[in-house]
Amino acid sequence: MSCGHDHQRRQFLSRGAALTAAVSIAPGLMLYDFARARPPGEAANSAVRWGMLIDTTQCESGCDACVSACNKENGLPARTLPTDSQWIRKLELQQEDTGRKISMPMMCQHCAEPPCVEVCPTGASFKRADGIVLVDKHRCIGCRYCMMACPYKARSFVHEPVTDHSGATPRGQGTVESCTMCVHRVDRGVAPACVEACAREGHQAILFGNLNDPKSAISKRIHSVVSVKLRADLNLDPGVSFVGI
Amino acid sequence: MHHKTFAQIEIRYFYLLLALGLLVVLGGLAAAHLLESHGHIISGMNNQVVWGLPHVFAIFMIVSASGVLNVASVGSVFGRHVYKARAPLAGLLSLALLAGGLMVLMLDLGRPDRVIVAATHYNPTSVFAWNVLLYSGLFATVAFYLWTLMDRAMGAWSKPAGFLVFTWRIVLTTGTGLIFAFLVARQAYASALLPPLFIIMSFAWGLAIFLIVQFAMFSWNELQLNPAIQKRLKNLLGIFVISVLYLVATYHLTNLYYSRQVAFERFILSQGGLFAALFWGGYVVLGSVAPLLLIFLPGLGQARCVLLASVLVLVGAFSLLYVFIIGGQAFPLLIIPGYTVHSSFGDGQVASYVPSVFEWALGAGGIGVAFLIVTVGVRILNFLPHDDPRQPMEGN
Repeated sequence: MSCGHDHQRRQFLSRGAALTAAVSIAPGLMLYDFARARPPGEAANSAVRWGMLIDTTQCESGCDACVSACNKENGLPARTLPTDSQWIRKLELQQEDTGRKISMPMMCQHCAEPPCVEVCPTGASFKRADGIVLVDKHRCIGCRYCMMACPYKARSFVHEPVTDHSGATPRGQGTVESCTMCVHRVDRGVAPACVEACAREGHQAILFGNLNDPKSAISKRIHSVVSVKLRADLNLDPGVSFVGI
Repeated sequence: MHHKTFAQIEIRYFYLLLALGLLVVLGGLAAAHLLESHGHIISGMNNQVVWGLPHVFAIFMIVSASGVLNVASVGSVFGRHVYKARAPLAGLLSLALLAGGLMVLMLDLGRPDRVIVAATHYNPTSVFAWNVLLYSGLFATVAFYLWTLMDRAMGAWSKPAGFLVFTWRIVLTTGTGLIFAFLVARQAYASALLPPLFIIMSFAWGLAIFLIVQFAMFSWNELQLNPAIQKRLKNLLGIFVISVLYLVATYHLTNLYYSRQVAFERFILSQGGLFAALFWGGYVVLGSVAPLLLIFLPGLGQARCVLLASVLVLVGAFSLLYVFIIGGQAFPLLIIPGYTVHSSFGDGQVASYVPSVFEWALGAGGIGVAFLIVTVGVRILNFLPHDDPRQPMEGN
């Protein structure tokens, strides 16, 4: 019994320490807006638009804390075969004319005009009122048209039976899946796992928050620095912006 | 020793064909079962090439199902007797090909058990969802059209039914082309040329299939096709093959004009290995130039030449579709222009794809379904084109 108590006490202390460290390391990142935690049963509303600002100058090449955190949070196999799901991945870029190198995470861009939602025949791909793009695992028939339509290669198809159900997100063989922006955490007022992991590493490369709130840290930052949206030519209005590319 | 004529033993051959067809269909169903139970991990597909060989088979059959109706339309809509005699067979081929194509498409879904969801949950902005209506509508309109053709009491309806089928199949093939034309993200697709290209491809492929089946039926029944009709049909095939070549050339040449598309064109046309080989060798040489020579060269153009030309047109069709569907996906997405990119997810890399035996079996199963429907159909109902020798050839 005492062992159990000790374990719980240690777990509590270590979690508390991690939380304290994260809060002190990255103010504005973790406490993005706890007032936004929604009571269970209340629908998401369009007063909020969740988004991310990724500062590539703060993202370290070789660091994959965000990827590992995502895999752990969502119960994804931490493998990188072409048939394995990767909800978030690290891109290593090199500018063709200058040779400048950039490292950055890449995931679903949670577009305001998502092509995956437009093309989905059954409406399984959908966008919540707060801008988070999701797949209804009970409605997806696995046609993979959304994967053809996504300009960011953000979606994965579950090629094998799912044996590890430890993640917080339901997964199923034969359906398509992608970054949920950790909707289960966001609804509780907790930042996505990748954001938390990046802050824990001290990089602060991912800023998460409400794009519709002019007082939010992300809105203020977007208004003060030059940022770009990927494939802006397609006019999809992604919820994720990038600094330094 | 007493030799039996083919007519005396043809029933044995019929059952042999049925058995072969059934075997192929069973192989396809077994492959589908394995894909469903083990997942697409046993296919060659991955997160970059998400539509594989089954889609090549399925789209080939669905496009051909629409195109083969061209023979019927020329008869019913434009009143040509030579074609009208062939309208029932064209209708049967269309239904058979559509059934085979849709079977492959549905069994290749990640969750084929949920196919009913596609009917109960309908997203009006999805061209896939439009096609659910267009495909089922084609079944209904062609079935009704066949009824008007084969039941004298319904004969008066054959012309309006022919018009309906004509309109429906043009819209349907437009819808099939739009599946790709609406994919703005990928360099291979997103072109308004695709719907007309798909329509003209359907004309060529559908007619080629029709000519092969017609040849088989005439040979089986030891009949000779009227040379004038043969000439007319083969010339029509030649015109369709040239038209497809023209639109394919236009598609690639316009792409070459846009500098952002040049890398993709270089991949498909020269550096893409198998894709470039299939494009030039499979589609251009074997699938287009060779059939045109067989059709138009002086001294050629007889029944066997036309048969070979038709088979080659289908070889070209598969080559072109493979390059278009698989090659189009294998070329990496251009997410951040101006940068070279590497990742654990294949960004910036040409994806590799080798179709597995299960994909071949599933695709062949679809062809098997179409084959069985046609073989049984022409056995139990009178689909053999009957040319009236007293009927003058129009336009000659």
